[in-house]
Amino acid sequence: MLGIFTDLADWVVYQLLALDAGSKLGSALHFFVEDVSKIFALLLVMIYVIALLRASLNVEKVRDYLSGRHRALGYLMGSVFGAITPFCSCSSIPVFLGFTSAGIPVGITMAFLLTSPLINEVAVLLLLSLLGWKFTLLYILVGMLVGIAGGLLLDLIKAERWLQSFAAEALQRARSGNAVTTTIDAEALSLQQRHEFARDETLDIFSRVWKWVIIGVGLGAALHGFVPEGWIENYLGQGQWWSVPAAVVLGIPLYSNATGVIPVMESLILKGLPIGTTLAFCMSTVAASFPEFILLKQVMQWRLLAILFALLLTAFTIVGWIFNGLTPFL
Amino acid sequence: MREIKVLGSGCTKCTKTAESISRIAAELGVEANIIKETSPQAMMSYGVMSTPAVVVDEQLVHSGSIPHREQIEGWLRQP
Repeated sequence: MLGIFTDLADWVVYQLLALDAGSKLGSALHFFVEDVSKIFALLLVMIYVIALLRASLNVEKVRDYLSGRHRALGYLMGSVFGAITPFCSCSSIPVFLGFTSAGIPVGITMAFLLTSPLINEVAVLLLLSLLGWKFTLLYILVGMLVGIAGGLLLDLIKAERWLQSFAAEALQRARSGNAVTTTIDAEALSLQQRHEFARDETLDIFSRVWKWVIIGVGLGAALHGFVPEGWIENYLGQGQWWSVPAAVVLGIPLYSNATGVIPVMESLILKGLPIGTTLAFCMSTVAASFPEFILLKQVMQWRLLAILFALLLTAFTIVGWIFNGLTPFL
Repeated sequence: MREIKVLGSGCTKCTKTAESISRIAAELGVEANIIKETSPQAMMSYGVMSTPAVVVDEQLVHSGSIPHREQIEGWLRQP
Protein backbone atom coordinates (compact mmCIF):
# COMPACT_ATOMS: atom_id res chain seq x y z
CA MET A 1 0.00 0.00 0.00
CA LEU A 2 2.84 2.38 0.84
CA GLY A 3 4.54 1.44 -2.43
CA ILE A 4 2.72 4.20 -4.25
CA PHE A 5 4.92 6.75 -2.51
CA THR A 6 8.02 5.00 -3.84
CA ASP A 7 6.46 5.10 -7.31
CA LEU A 8 5.65 8.77 -6.86
CA ALA A 9 9.25 9.52 -5.88
CA ASP A 10 10.55 7.41 -8.81
CA TRP A 11 8.41 9.41 -11.17
CA VAL A 12 9.24 12.85 -9.76
CA VAL A 13 12.98 12.35 -9.37
CA TYR A 14 13.95 10.03 -12.23
CA GLN A 15 11.40 11.02 -14.89
CA LEU A 16 10.36 14.59 -14.19
CA LEU A 17 13.74 15.85 -12.98
CA ALA A 18 15.65 13.22 -14.98
CA LEU A 19 18.20 12.62 -12.22
CA ASP A 20 20.39 9.54 -12.15
CA ALA A 21 19.31 6.98 -9.53
CA GLY A 22 22.97 6.36 -8.66
CA SER A 23 23.87 10.00 -8.07
CA LYS A 24 24.10 11.52 -4.61
CA LEU A 25 21.57 14.21 -5.35
CA GLY A 26 19.17 11.76 -6.99
CA SER A 27 19.36 9.37 -4.06
CA ALA A 28 18.90 12.14 -1.50
CA LEU A 29 16.01 13.72 -3.36
CA HIS A 30 14.28 10.37 -3.83
CA PHE A 31 14.47 9.75 -0.08
CA PHE A 32 13.06 13.24 0.55
CA VAL A 33 10.12 13.04 -1.86
CA GLU A 34 9.14 9.54 -0.82
CA ASP A 35 9.23 10.23 2.92
CA VAL A 36 7.62 13.65 2.87
CA SER A 37 4.69 12.57 0.69
CA LYS A 38 4.20 9.39 2.71
CA ILE A 39 4.38 11.13 6.07
CA PHE A 40 2.06 13.98 5.07
CA ALA A 41 -0.60 11.61 3.71
CA LEU A 42 -0.40 9.35 6.76
CA LEU A 43 -0.51 12.24 9.18
CA LEU A 44 -3.60 13.82 7.70
CA VAL A 45 -5.58 10.59 7.58
CA MET A 46 -4.45 9.04 10.83
CA ILE A 47 -4.57 12.10 13.09
CA TYR A 48 -8.16 12.57 12.02
CA VAL A 49 -9.11 8.96 12.74
CA ILE A 50 -7.33 8.88 16.08
CA ALA A 51 -8.77 12.22 17.15
CA LEU A 52 -12.25 10.95 16.28
CA LEU A 53 -11.74 8.01 18.63
CA ARG A 54 -10.29 9.87 21.55
CA ALA A 55 -12.33 13.08 21.35
CA SER A 56 -13.69 12.54 24.83
CA LEU A 57 -10.35 11.88 26.53
CA ASN A 58 -8.76 14.87 28.23
CA VAL A 59 -6.30 15.68 31.00
CA GLU A 60 -9.10 16.32 33.51
CA LYS A 61 -10.39 12.76 33.09
CA VAL A 62 -6.88 11.38 33.40
CA ARG A 63 -6.40 13.35 36.61
CA ASP A 64 -9.64 12.07 38.09
CA TYR A 65 -8.70 8.54 37.17
CA LEU A 66 -5.14 8.74 38.51
CA SER A 67 -6.00 10.47 41.76
CA GLY A 68 -7.88 7.46 43.06
CA ARG A 69 -5.31 4.83 42.11
CA HIS A 70 -3.00 2.62 44.07
CA ARG A 71 0.59 3.71 43.63
CA ALA A 72 1.99 0.68 41.85
CA LEU A 73 -0.71 0.89 39.20
CA GLY A 74 -0.39 4.67 39.18
CA TYR A 75 3.05 4.73 37.57
CA LEU A 76 1.99 2.36 34.84
CA MET A 77 -1.25 4.20 34.13
CA GLY A 78 0.46 7.59 34.32
CA SER A 79 2.80 6.46 31.61
CA VAL A 80 0.04 4.88 29.49
CA PHE A 81 -2.03 8.05 29.64
CA GLY A 82 1.06 10.11 28.90
CA ALA A 83 1.34 8.18 25.67
CA ILE A 84 -2.28 8.45 24.55
CA THR A 85 -3.60 11.73 25.90
CA PRO A 86 -3.60 14.65 23.49
CA PHE A 87 -1.71 17.42 25.15
CA CYS A 88 0.60 20.15 24.02
CA SER A 89 3.92 20.77 25.74
CA CYS A 90 2.85 24.36 26.40
CA SER A 91 0.35 22.87 28.87
CA SER A 92 2.86 20.89 30.91
CA ILE A 93 2.94 23.43 33.73
CA PRO A 94 -0.85 23.63 34.29
CA VAL A 95 -1.05 19.83 33.97
CA PHE A 96 1.69 19.39 36.54
CA LEU A 97 -0.08 21.74 38.95
CA GLY A 98 -3.48 20.24 38.25
CA PHE A 99 -2.25 16.74 39.06
CA THR A 100 -0.34 17.99 42.10
CA SER A 101 -3.27 19.89 43.56
CA ALA A 102 -5.40 16.77 43.15
CA GLY A 103 -2.93 14.98 45.43
CA ILE A 104 -1.33 12.77 42.78
CA PRO A 105 2.25 11.90 43.81
CA VAL A 106 5.01 13.75 41.94
CA GLY A 107 6.40 10.49 40.56
CA ILE A 108 3.11 9.53 38.92
CA THR A 109 2.72 13.01 37.46
CA MET A 110 6.23 12.81 36.09
CA ALA A 111 5.61 9.34 34.63
CA PHE A 112 2.87 11.08 32.64
CA LEU A 113 4.96 14.09 31.65
CA LEU A 114 8.09 12.11 30.74
CA THR A 115 6.30 9.60 28.56
CA SER A 116 4.25 12.21 26.78
CA PRO A 117 6.91 13.77 24.50
CA LEU A 118 8.47 10.39 23.77
CA ILE A 119 5.35 8.60 22.65
CA ASN A 120 2.47 10.13 20.73
CA GLU A 121 0.34 9.13 17.80
CA VAL A 122 2.47 10.99 15.29
CA ALA A 123 5.67 9.34 16.48
CA VAL A 124 4.12 5.88 16.44
CA LEU A 125 2.75 6.37 12.94
CA LEU A 126 6.07 7.53 11.60
CA LEU A 127 7.91 4.66 13.22
CA LEU A 128 5.45 2.15 11.84
CA SER A 129 5.71 3.45 8.32
CA LEU A 130 9.46 4.04 8.26
CA LEU A 131 10.95 1.41 10.53
CA GLY A 132 8.39 -1.38 10.87
CA TRP A 133 6.33 -2.77 13.71
CA LYS A 134 9.09 -4.51 15.65
CA PHE A 135 11.05 -1.35 16.11
CA THR A 136 7.86 0.58 16.92
CA LEU A 137 6.90 -1.86 19.65
CA LEU A 138 10.39 -1.68 21.07
CA TYR A 139 10.28 2.09 21.06
CA ILE A 140 6.91 2.23 22.84
CA LEU A 141 8.02 -0.23 25.51
CA VAL A 142 11.27 1.61 26.14
CA GLY A 143 9.56 5.00 26.23
CA MET A 144 7.05 3.81 28.80
CA LEU A 145 9.74 2.10 30.83
CA VAL A 146 11.74 5.32 31.03
CA GLY A 147 8.61 7.17 32.19
CA ILE A 148 7.69 4.56 34.81
CA ALA A 149 11.22 4.10 36.15
CA GLY A 150 11.78 7.86 36.22
CA GLY A 151 8.56 8.38 38.18
CA LEU A 152 9.37 5.62 40.66
CA LEU A 153 12.83 6.97 41.30
CA LEU A 154 11.59 10.51 41.85
CA ASP A 155 9.19 9.28 44.51
CA LEU A 156 11.90 7.11 46.08
CA ILE A 157 14.13 10.14 46.59
CA LYS A 158 11.10 12.17 47.79
CA ALA A 159 11.28 14.67 44.96
CA GLU A 160 8.37 16.68 46.37
CA ARG A 161 10.87 18.24 48.79
CA TRP A 162 12.24 20.28 45.90
CA LEU A 163 9.07 21.68 44.42
CA GLN A 164 8.52 25.42 44.43
CA SER A 165 6.77 26.30 47.65
CA PHE A 166 3.30 27.05 46.24
CA ALA A 167 3.23 23.70 44.43
CA ALA A 168 4.41 21.88 47.54
CA GLU A 169 1.66 23.57 49.56
CA ALA A 170 -0.96 22.53 47.03
CA LEU A 171 0.19 18.94 47.35
CA GLN A 172 0.03 19.18 51.14
CA ARG A 173 -3.49 20.62 51.05
CA ALA A 174 -4.64 17.84 48.75
CA ARG A 175 -3.12 15.18 51.01
CA SER A 176 -4.97 16.57 53.97
CA GLY A 177 -8.24 16.10 52.16
CA ASN A 178 -8.78 19.36 50.29
CA ALA A 179 -8.05 18.30 46.76
CA VAL A 180 -8.88 20.89 44.12
CA THR A 181 -10.50 19.32 41.12
CA THR A 182 -12.49 21.73 39.03
CA THR A 183 -14.09 20.32 35.96
CA ILE A 184 -16.30 21.95 33.41
CA ASP A 185 -19.24 19.63 32.92
CA ALA A 186 -18.86 17.87 29.64
CA GLU A 187 -21.82 16.40 27.84
CA ALA A 188 -21.57 13.21 25.81
CA LEU A 189 -20.21 13.99 22.38
CA SER A 190 -22.32 13.68 19.27
CA LEU A 191 -20.81 12.38 16.06
CA GLN A 192 -20.90 15.90 14.67
CA GLN A 193 -18.93 17.24 17.63
CA ARG A 194 -16.42 14.42 17.31
CA HIS A 195 -15.94 15.28 13.67
CA GLU A 196 -15.40 18.95 14.50
CA PHE A 197 -12.91 18.08 17.21
CA ALA A 198 -11.03 15.72 14.89
CA ARG A 199 -10.98 18.29 12.09
CA ASP A 200 -9.62 21.04 14.37
CA GLU A 201 -7.11 18.64 15.88
CA THR A 202 -5.84 17.48 12.49
CA LEU A 203 -5.38 21.02 11.23
CA ASP A 204 -3.79 22.07 14.49
CA ILE A 205 -1.30 19.21 14.72
CA PHE A 206 -0.51 19.30 11.03
CA SER A 207 0.17 23.03 11.02
CA ARG A 208 2.50 22.49 13.97
CA VAL A 209 4.48 19.51 12.70
CA TRP A 210 4.78 19.91 8.93
CA LYS A 211 7.93 21.98 9.16
CA TRP A 212 9.50 19.44 11.49
CA VAL A 213 8.81 16.75 8.95
CA ILE A 214 10.51 18.79 6.23
CA ILE A 215 13.54 19.52 8.42
CA GLY A 216 13.79 15.96 9.70
CA VAL A 217 13.39 14.32 6.33
CA GLY A 218 15.74 16.89 4.79
CA LEU A 219 18.45 15.94 7.28
CA GLY A 220 17.72 12.26 6.81
CA ALA A 221 17.93 12.68 3.05
CA ALA A 222 21.22 14.55 3.28
CA LEU A 223 22.64 11.78 5.45
CA HIS A 224 21.26 9.22 3.08
CA GLY A 225 22.68 10.78 -0.05
CA PHE A 226 25.92 12.35 1.08
CA VAL A 227 27.40 10.37 3.97
CA PRO A 228 29.59 7.76 2.26
CA GLU A 229 28.29 4.21 2.35
CA GLY A 230 29.98 2.31 5.15
CA TRP A 231 31.37 5.37 6.95
CA ILE A 232 29.02 5.18 9.94
CA GLU A 233 29.23 1.42 9.97
CA ASN A 234 33.03 1.45 10.04
CA TYR A 235 33.36 3.97 12.82
CA LEU A 236 30.30 3.38 14.99
CA GLY A 237 28.84 0.11 13.72
CA GLN A 238 30.28 -2.07 16.45
CA GLY A 239 28.26 -0.35 19.16
CA GLN A 240 31.40 0.84 20.94
CA TRP A 241 30.41 1.56 24.54
CA TRP A 242 31.38 5.25 24.43
CA SER A 243 29.29 5.90 21.35
CA VAL A 244 26.08 5.69 23.38
CA PRO A 245 26.81 8.39 25.98
CA ALA A 246 28.34 10.45 23.16
CA ALA A 247 25.07 10.16 21.21
CA VAL A 248 23.06 11.19 24.28
CA VAL A 249 25.24 14.25 24.90
CA LEU A 250 25.05 15.19 21.23
CA GLY A 251 21.25 15.02 21.44
CA ILE A 252 20.93 17.56 24.29
CA PRO A 253 21.56 20.79 22.38
CA LEU A 254 19.64 19.46 19.40
CA TYR A 255 16.06 20.19 20.14
CA SER A 256 13.40 18.54 18.08
CA ASN A 257 10.14 16.77 18.60
CA ALA A 258 9.64 13.13 17.69
CA THR A 259 8.28 14.04 14.26
CA GLY A 260 11.49 15.66 13.16
CA VAL A 261 13.86 13.11 14.54
CA ILE A 262 12.30 9.87 13.32
CA PRO A 263 13.19 10.35 9.63
CA VAL A 264 16.76 10.96 10.80
CA MET A 265 16.61 7.71 12.76
CA GLU A 266 15.55 5.87 9.65
CA SER A 267 18.48 7.19 7.73
CA LEU A 268 20.97 6.46 10.54
CA ILE A 269 19.79 2.89 10.88
CA LEU A 270 19.95 2.34 7.12
CA LYS A 271 23.53 3.59 7.27
CA GLY A 272 24.42 0.97 9.83
CA LEU A 273 24.26 2.85 13.14
CA PRO A 274 23.37 0.31 15.85
CA ILE A 275 19.79 0.43 17.18
CA GLY A 276 20.76 1.25 20.76
CA THR A 277 22.92 4.18 19.77
CA THR A 278 20.17 5.49 17.49
CA LEU A 279 17.50 5.16 20.17
CA ALA A 280 19.68 6.90 22.74
CA PHE A 281 20.37 9.78 20.39
CA CYS A 282 16.74 10.23 19.44
CA MET A 283 15.29 10.03 22.94
CA SER A 284 17.82 12.55 24.13
CA THR A 285 16.92 14.92 21.30
CA VAL A 286 13.21 14.64 22.01
CA ALA A 287 12.98 14.54 25.79
CA ALA A 288 16.03 16.30 27.18
CA SER A 289 15.52 19.79 25.86
CA PHE A 290 16.49 23.01 27.56
CA PRO A 291 13.39 25.04 26.62
CA GLU A 292 11.12 22.51 28.35
CA PHE A 293 13.33 22.35 31.38
CA ILE A 294 13.35 26.10 31.75
CA LEU A 295 9.53 25.97 31.75
CA LEU A 296 9.54 23.43 34.57
CA LYS A 297 11.58 25.85 36.67
CA GLN A 298 8.29 27.60 37.45
CA VAL A 299 7.21 24.66 39.58
CA MET A 300 10.50 22.99 40.57
CA GLN A 301 13.68 24.09 42.27
CA TRP A 302 17.01 23.89 40.43
CA ARG A 303 18.03 20.88 42.40
CA LEU A 304 15.11 18.79 41.23
CA LEU A 305 15.59 19.95 37.66
CA ALA A 306 19.23 18.88 37.76
CA ILE A 307 18.28 15.50 39.20
CA LEU A 308 15.63 15.03 36.54
CA PHE A 309 18.06 15.92 33.79
CA ALA A 310 20.75 13.56 35.07
CA LEU A 311 18.14 10.85 35.47
CA LEU A 312 17.00 11.14 31.87
CA LEU A 313 20.51 11.14 30.46
CA THR A 314 21.42 8.07 32.51
CA ALA A 315 18.23 6.31 31.45
CA PHE A 316 18.86 6.94 27.75
CA THR A 317 22.45 5.75 28.03
CA ILE A 318 21.39 2.53 29.74
CA VAL A 319 18.67 1.98 27.13
CA GLY A 320 21.27 2.42 24.39
CA TRP A 321 23.69 -0.06 25.95
CA ILE A 322 21.00 -2.64 26.53
CA PHE A 323 19.76 -2.48 22.97
CA ASN A 324 23.21 -2.58 21.46
CA GLY A 325 23.85 -5.64 23.60
CA LEU A 326 20.60 -7.25 22.52
CA THR A 327 20.94 -6.53 18.80
CA PRO A 328 22.48 -9.91 17.93
CA PHE A 329 19.36 -11.60 19.39
CA LEU A 330 16.73 -9.42 17.71
CA MET B 1 -18.68 45.69 32.87
CA ARG B 2 -17.74 42.13 32.18
CA GLU B 3 -14.36 40.91 33.37
CA ILE B 4 -12.84 38.23 31.17
CA LYS B 5 -9.55 36.51 31.95
CA VAL B 6 -7.66 34.45 29.41
CA LEU B 7 -5.40 31.97 31.19
CA GLY B 8 -2.39 30.56 29.42
CA SER B 9 1.37 30.45 29.36
CA GLY B 10 1.63 32.87 26.48
CA CYS B 11 1.41 30.41 23.61
CA THR B 12 -0.02 31.54 20.26
CA LYS B 13 -3.39 29.94 20.96
CA CYS B 14 -3.80 32.03 24.09
CA THR B 15 -3.01 35.24 22.24
CA LYS B 16 -5.48 34.32 19.52
CA THR B 17 -8.16 33.59 22.11
CA ALA B 18 -7.73 36.99 23.74
CA GLU B 19 -7.77 38.69 20.36
CA SER B 20 -10.93 37.05 19.14
CA ILE B 21 -12.75 37.78 22.40
CA SER B 22 -11.89 41.48 22.24
CA ARG B 23 -12.81 41.62 18.56
CA ILE B 24 -16.19 40.00 19.10
CA ALA B 25 -16.88 42.12 22.17
CA ALA B 26 -16.24 45.22 20.09
CA GLU B 27 -18.55 43.94 17.34
CA LEU B 28 -21.35 43.28 19.78
CA GLY B 29 -20.78 46.56 21.56
CA VAL B 30 -20.28 44.77 24.88
CA GLU B 31 -17.90 46.45 27.28
CA ALA B 32 -15.39 43.94 28.53
CA ASN B 33 -12.18 44.13 30.45
CA ILE B 34 -9.92 41.45 29.00
CA ILE B 35 -6.98 40.36 31.11
CA LYS B 36 -4.26 37.94 30.09
CA GLU B 37 -3.20 35.85 33.05
CA THR B 38 0.06 33.91 32.67
CA SER B 39 1.13 32.95 36.19
CA PRO B 40 1.04 29.26 37.10
CA GLN B 41 -0.48 30.12 40.48
CA ALA B 42 -3.50 31.72 38.83
CA MET B 43 -4.06 28.67 36.62
CA MET B 44 -3.82 26.44 39.64
CA SER B 45 -6.29 28.51 41.64
CA TYR B 46 -8.93 28.09 38.92
CA GLY B 47 -8.02 24.41 38.56
CA VAL B 48 -7.13 24.88 34.91
CA MET B 49 -5.08 22.11 33.32
CA SER B 50 -5.25 22.78 29.65
CA THR B 51 -4.76 26.17 28.12
CA PRO B 52 -6.03 28.50 26.80
CA ALA B 53 -8.76 28.77 29.40
CA VAL B 54 -11.39 31.47 29.84
CA VAL B 55 -12.75 32.84 33.10
CA VAL B 56 -15.80 35.13 32.91
CA ASP B 57 -16.58 37.10 36.06
CA GLU B 58 -14.52 34.67 38.15
CA GLN B 59 -16.32 31.65 36.67
CA LEU B 60 -14.29 29.11 34.64
CA VAL B 61 -16.23 28.60 31.42
CA HIS B 62 -13.80 27.05 28.98
CA SER B 63 -10.44 25.33 28.72
CA GLY B 64 -8.19 23.52 26.29
CA SER B 65 -8.79 25.20 22.96
CA ILE B 66 -9.44 28.42 21.12
CA PRO B 67 -13.17 28.94 21.77
CA HIS B 68 -15.55 29.07 18.83
CA ARG B 69 -17.33 32.26 17.88
CA GLU B 70 -20.72 31.05 19.16
CA GLN B 71 -19.28 30.28 22.60
CA ILE B 72 -17.71 33.71 22.89
CA GLU B 73 -20.94 35.40 21.86
CA GLY B 74 -22.78 33.34 24.45
CA TRP B 75 -20.51 34.52 27.29
CA LEU B 76 -20.72 38.13 26.21
CA ARG B 77 -24.50 38.11 25.80
CA GLN B 78 -25.48 36.32 28.98
CA PRO B 79 -27.22 38.69 31.40
